[in-house]
Amino acid sequence: MKILVAVKRVADPNVKVRALADGSGVDLANIKMTMNPFDEIAVEEAVRLKEVGRANEIVVVSIGPEKSAETLRTALAMGADRGLLVRTDAVVEPLAVAKILKAVAEAERPDIIITGKQAIDDDANQTGQMLSALLGWGQGTFASKLVVGDKAIEVTREVDGGLQTVGLPLPALVTADLRLNEPRYASLPNIMKAKKKPIDERTPADYGVAVEPRLTVVRVHEPATRKAGIKVGSVGELVERLRMEAGVLR
Amino acid sequence: MTILVLAEHQDTQLDDATAKAISAAGRIGGEVHVLVAGSGCQAAAEAAAGLAGVARVLLADGPSLSNRLAEPVAALIVSLAGGYDAVLAPSTTSGRNILPRVAALLDVMQISDVVAIDGPDLFQRPIYAGNVIQTVRSTDAKKVLSVRASSFPAASVAAAAVPVEAVAIPENPGRSSFVRSELSRSERPELAGARIVVSGGRALSSAENFETVLAPLADTLGAAIGASRAAVDAGYVSNDLQVGQTGKIIAPDLYIACGISGAIQHLAGMKDSRVIVAINKDPDAPIFQVADYGLVADLFEAVPEFHAAVAEGAKA
Repeated sequence: MKILVAVKRVADPNVKVRALADGSGVDLANIKMTMNPFDEIAVEEAVRLKEVGRANEIVVVSIGPEKSAETLRTALAMGADRGLLVRTDAVVEPLAVAKILKAVAEAERPDIIITGKQAIDDDANQTGQMLSALLGWGQGTFASKLVVGDKAIEVTREVDGGLQTVGLPLPALVTADLRLNEPRYASLPNIMKAKKKPIDERTPADYGVAVEPRLTVVRVHEPATRKAGIKVGSVGELVERLRMEAGVLR
Repeated sequence: MTILVLAEHQDTQLDDATAKAISAAGRIGGEVHVLVAGSGCQAAAEAAAGLAGVARVLLADGPSLSNRLAEPVAALIVSLAGGYDAVLAPSTTSGRNILPRVAALLDVMQISDVVAIDGPDLFQRPIYAGNVIQTVRSTDAKKVLSVRASSFPAASVAAAAVPVEAVAIPENPGRSSFVRSELSRSERPELAGARIVVSGGRALSSAENFETVLAPLADTLGAAIGASRAAVDAGYVSNDLQVGQTGKIIAPDLYIACGISGAIQHLAGMKDSRVIVAINKDPDAPIFQVADYGLVADLFEAVPEFHAAVAEGAKA
């Protein structure tokens, strides 16, 4: 069984990103970049499936600038077998990403595609669903558990009211939520080994996909920050103020 | 301009998120139609028909739509989309699951999690966990957008209901099947729409303490219970109670954070609440920077005292 995992290079989620003063975008100069945390979970799940003998090959793909190769290297150090960089310096929207990944999937013919449920930069939460639609596959989004059989998988999904489990015939697409697993740190020997693993390079044009954006960013700004209120001295004062001042308690 | 809103519902009842999505659709301008897709969902359709601003309600009631799996619901919306300039859904887990599938099939770039509508093609949406707001203009002829329900008021009840019309259901693509669901049952209000939320963090230190310390206060206030990611990861409460960037994004009238330090990703889920109360032992906890009323205290003493005070007030 072959698994394709799509990963994105994003700003480190622990860094507070700011809007540029002229409102044209966000300031990413000198910001530490890392693999999208949900994509790390996707890679980890694929590696675990290989470790238990369910999968025999893991291909990891990233669409982005040259430095996205570093993100692929991280995935290779975690246990993926080979990488594919679809290199572009353009901003690629989820719809175009899905089109490129569709072409990659048609060439690679994986049994399962796993992606993170969303990237923590644009927070779009679209790519997996779009890719699944374009391929005509079933989708198991926001997965917290994945059970892989020979011809089908069962995906337990985190939904608003609790959990929902769906069955999908293979090939199928899964998007990883927070609780699917806890990703490993790559060991030093594996980081060294990853340097010898192959990374192929293509461009969006090789797949005949136009990446021109459909959305024009008109303005980027930071929301009004909430000001700290007051410290109250006692529970009695708190209840009194919530009743009389804020009017939120009866 | 005609807009199709995908209703969020539980077959026998319509969720509040639908009423909020309808008012968001109204801000785009034009005629608003609501699609209720499910199995045995006539009641939800009738509820939608009674909301202000709704011109038509389309009912797709059939076994293939039970549990609202993404593939058949997306196929249904695509079959109807020809008559619409925009398709909109609340960004619930169901909307987030279905809508990008629709967008891809229509070759449209979806606009996710819209928090403000500045014109028929101009939308504000949060990026980077809500630290930055992006205003985008869509160049697609047809718009597909998910809206953050907590950013819009609920449509009110109309003087007269519009009729409910049945629509044809296309063949099920059959790429997925429902296996089971494990839904948390609670007598408390839904976290997403509750007027008051009492939320606990890792400081609660056990599932029992959520029940014995937080629950009495929540129940006296008629509040929903929420939790930080740390409390959910520690297994104190179920995943669906997580408030934050990766959990639920809510904006109640009153949010009471007990023993929650206030990590960025938690603040992203509750910072639009009208009034925020923080009870925390640590005077330097970041939660105090967003709280309207902060109480530096041990929650195990302060929360029962808080409960006693509001219970007393309720009796008076």
